[in-house]
Amino acid sequence: MHYLDFEKPLAEIEGKAEELRALARRSEGANVADEAAALDRKAADMLVDLYKNLTPWRKCQVARHPQRPHCEAYIKALFTEYTPLAGDRNFADDHAVMGGLARFDDQPVVVIGHEKGHDTKTRIERNFGMARPEGYRKAVRLMDMADRFGLPVITLVDTPGAYPGKGAEERGQSEAIARSTEKCLQIGVPLISIIIGEGGSGGAVAFATADKLAMLEHSVYSVISPEGCASILWKDAEKMREAAEALRLTAQDLHKLGVCDLVIKEPTGGAQRDTEATIAEVGKAIRSMLAQLKDAGGADLIASRRRKYLDMGSKGLAA
Amino acid sequence: MNWITNYVRPRINSIFSRREMPENLWSKCDECGTMLFHRELSDNLNVCTNCGHHMALTPRDRFTALFDAGIFTEVEVPQPIDDPLKFRDQKKYPDRLKAAQKQTGEAEAMLVAEGEIGRTPIVAVAQDFSFMGGSMGMYVGNAIIAAAERAVMLKRPLILFSAAGGARMQEGILSLMQMPRTTVAVQMLKENNLPYIVVLTHPTTGGVTASYAMLGDVHIAEPNALICFAGPRVIEQTIREKLPEGFQRAEYLLDHGMLDRVTPRKDMREELITITRMLMGLPPAILADLPPPPEVSPEPPTPAPTPDQDSEQTS
Repeated sequence: MHYLDFEKPLAEIEGKAEELRALARRSEGANVADEAAALDRKAADMLVDLYKNLTPWRKCQVARHPQRPHCEAYIKALFTEYTPLAGDRNFADDHAVMGGLARFDDQPVVVIGHEKGHDTKTRIERNFGMARPEGYRKAVRLMDMADRFGLPVITLVDTPGAYPGKGAEERGQSEAIARSTEKCLQIGVPLISIIIGEGGSGGAVAFATADKLAMLEHSVYSVISPEGCASILWKDAEKMREAAEALRLTAQDLHKLGVCDLVIKEPTGGAQRDTEATIAEVGKAIRSMLAQLKDAGGADLIASRRRKYLDMGSKGLAA
Repeated sequence: MNWITNYVRPRINSIFSRREMPENLWSKCDECGTMLFHRELSDNLNVCTNCGHHMALTPRDRFTALFDAGIFTEVEVPQPIDDPLKFRDQKKYPDRLKAAQKQTGEAEAMLVAEGEIGRTPIVAVAQDFSFMGGSMGMYVGNAIIAAAERAVMLKRPLILFSAAGGARMQEGILSLMQMPRTTVAVQMLKENNLPYIVVLTHPTTGGVTASYAMLGDVHIAEPNALICFAGPRVIEQTIREKLPEGFQRAEYLLDHGMLDRVTPRKDMREELITITRMLMGLPPAILADLPPPPEVSPEPPTPAPTPDQDSEQTS
């Protein structure tokens, strides 16, 4: 288990319990089972306590946890007949964006998402989930296809942001993001989006402009990373705790602001501690959102999606 | 010593010496360092008379130079909710807003106006970089939506002048939500077959570039304007190499297919007239100094008897 900095005391207790058990295995005589169990109980209580009221900055850390389930894991577990479709028909295929045809509960859909990778090799291959213009252009192509064939679109958002690279800029990163957001607002099929980890700025908006937006309990969605915001407004990147607080980037605050429609509960201790249960919860949320949009489509759906965004933010935190 | 020498004379002196303070009369070109006389500079639309460097121009000055005889009517923008996040960094957000208002004399970072250019009715909207970096918050979103709605109602083209560092962090996620909101505004124009022309001025970056500034029918930039999604510093930190000369400048973007044209400020008005008139199916304009439009202008505008407009096409 990879422990976050605020989980250090927990790591110590769990480590001690583990040591005791190892000791018990080596020397038959030592009776430490009770002690180990007590430590386990203490660790479990501490985990509940730690996660009961996570600060916004801690939520950012959990949202970025390397062992959190990523897009690929969700697609594998929740969809059948996943058929990846590659390329933007223009320049390249972007491995930071997964997408293709699949079935959800036997219903054909188009699924698109950012994939961060889970070890050094896949992280580099996936560019840490930071898409280049080709990724957004692939998404536009897939959304167009979904629109033509009447398939709902499901997007899984998990990105630190669009890739800030030389080639990405030269090939029109901003235009690609703008077109993807535009396409989200143009298709006459249900579009539902789930932020499963990090919703990083424009790179996330390009997929998350949806009829229904759900967020995992400890996921975040923000205009800028807390570190970036701190270095600009506080002139000190170390003030990211204050920045995370001020930005109101948690699922709970975004729900209050009317940006997020549904908060999906995570297991105690975060998605990384029980990926299976997390994925199952997300599956339930997708099912219920799809059911709500079952009869929606065409011009009415486009109009109501646009209305949703035009009205957004008019009430502030009282929404 | 009497009250005249002790009181009146110093007072008179202070009044006159204040007026003679030369600071505001001269400004220095950021590019070539030439001292420029304020009247000469403003007559040249804040373009350096020595090196042609384009300095910032406020929306109000821009509109005065853009519209026929400098006449335009402001379009009202619905006021968004105040400080939606109760945001506080080193200063409170409302305090920062007030400071920007005091400094610029404007209510917010965007100005919407309607009027005529070369007798062509248009709606125009311009972003004010001097107001909190032109940052895109709910007001800017509302301004673009109001401009698009007005353009649709009057069946006029919309010309947008962008200038912004990006999203307004103090409005958090709601500033980010202006990306889809302004995209909806652009879609209103497109569905009504109305031209949407974007003039990108220095600098246009971040979420602004990644939404309404890159969705125009025609993209024109001012020379050497910085136009990008991620800024050069961020990219240099990421890729750890030096970026080429002119990277992310208007001419570079033109080379990379992201812009239609790079046009100097002095030619911008005539170019906008030419383009909008063609897209609106109107006869060529007479490109000359026109008298202010009459109170009730006939619709459509009277066709020009002697078209004379090939002189300004340069590329």
